[in-house]
Amino acid sequence: MDLDMNVNAPHSMGTTIIGVTYNGGVVLGADSRTSTGMYVANRASDKITQLTDNVNVCRSGSAADSQIVSDYVRYFLHQHTIQLGQPATVKVAANLIRLLSYNNKNMLQTGLIVGGWDKYEGGKIYGIPLGGTLIEQPFAIGGSGSSYLYGFFDQAWKEGMTKEEAEQLVVKAVSLAIARDGASGGVVRTVVINSDGVTRNFYPGDKLQLWHDELEPQHSLLDILNAPSPEPMNI
Amino acid sequence: MSSIGTGYDLSVTTFSPDGRVFQIEYASKAVDNSGTVIGIKCKDGIVMGVEKLIASKMMLPGSNRRILSVHRHSGMAVAGLAADGRQIVARAKSEATSYQSVYGEPIPVKELAERVASYVHLCTLYWWLRPFGCGVILGGYDRDGPQLYMVEPSGISYRYFGAAVGKGKQAAKTEIEKLKLSEMTCREGVIEVAKM
Repeated sequence: MDLDMNVNAPHSMGTTIIGVTYNGGVVLGADSRTSTGMYVANRASDKITQLTDNVNVCRSGSAADSQIVSDYVRYFLHQHTIQLGQPATVKVAANLIRLLSYNNKNMLQTGLIVGGWDKYEGGKIYGIPLGGTLIEQPFAIGGSGSSYLYGFFDQAWKEGMTKEEAEQLVVKAVSLAIARDGASGGVVRTVVINSDGVTRNFYPGDKLQLWHDELEPQHSLLDILNAPSPEPMNI
Repeated sequence: MSSIGTGYDLSVTTFSPDGRVFQIEYASKAVDNSGTVIGIKCKDGIVMGVEKLIASKMMLPGSNRRILSVHRHSGMAVAGLAADGRQIVARAKSEATSYQSVYGEPIPVKELAERVASYVHLCTLYWWLRPFGCGVILGGYDRDGPQLYMVEPSGISYRYFGAAVGKGKQAAKTEIEKLKLSEMTCREGVIEVAKM
């Protein structure tokens, strides 16, 4: 058995992160696994961090790099809000993140999804992948787990969803990615941001829907004799 | 009603016994003696007008501009010492472009006015600098609609729906007060300003 798990490797967030706009706001979602090599350093981390009252960011890539970037941007946005006299717009938050990401591209390794609501543009999602591109999208996915979600979103995404539909979509997507990506796992956290404010939700890992091939948790081998066959996946 | 500040008016870092800074007041006089500048806020934009002073018949018209643009969405009209005005506009241009680079959106007019006002005020704090001898009317159009600000040599700035500086400011202000600005479009505003 190979016990050489490199516990001193830099903390990386394998991750699945998602941001989706709906009719009236945005829903951000993420898994909760932080790994150092093969060891899970934190199985319940919070990858969705607050930048202002109305803007949050999903972090992926190096945990340290993404934390530092969001700390700096939170500080700049705080000053900006005071000078402006009103909440900052999502676009400004995304631009500040982009400038840090792009200008330090040689040293940083972070993929971020900025999402929020402001009174001028409503709910907006901005994706800022590794090199520091800034792109406004109706939905964005990131992290190692996102590779398994491109086809899913192509089929399941639609314009003008309700808040409930959007949140269900995000939870389903993260749980699908967790099922297939070894570097994603734990619980699903979602944050809904709209004109009424910010709502955080939590979906524990054992309550998530099981997909094709996943095993039911077994308490006794005798249970296998009476276990029903797993449900085929419904779209 | 000029008051002589004998002894207390030699430096901008000296207060008079009755709490005035005479150098700043003298700077305002420079503005009051210059050509009139008017700005009005109409429902869909700002209209600014300046009195054309012909310094010399040999000068090419259009070369002594007193209304200058700061950014795509904002501009300034200066009254008073023209060279001072140019410096303020240059600073405003630089603030506007740097804001756009950092924050990714055009500078809100309120923010621009505050920056220009603090720059003007800065020059009233040190003895080795003199106050700007010009008043500036700043107009712009941002997400919250058209806005008009005026910055005085003392560094204060207020938001107006109609403002005037210079020789004819009293008469101009009376005329502006007669107008119904909330219902006027820019096209009509231009005609009204030209009449003044």
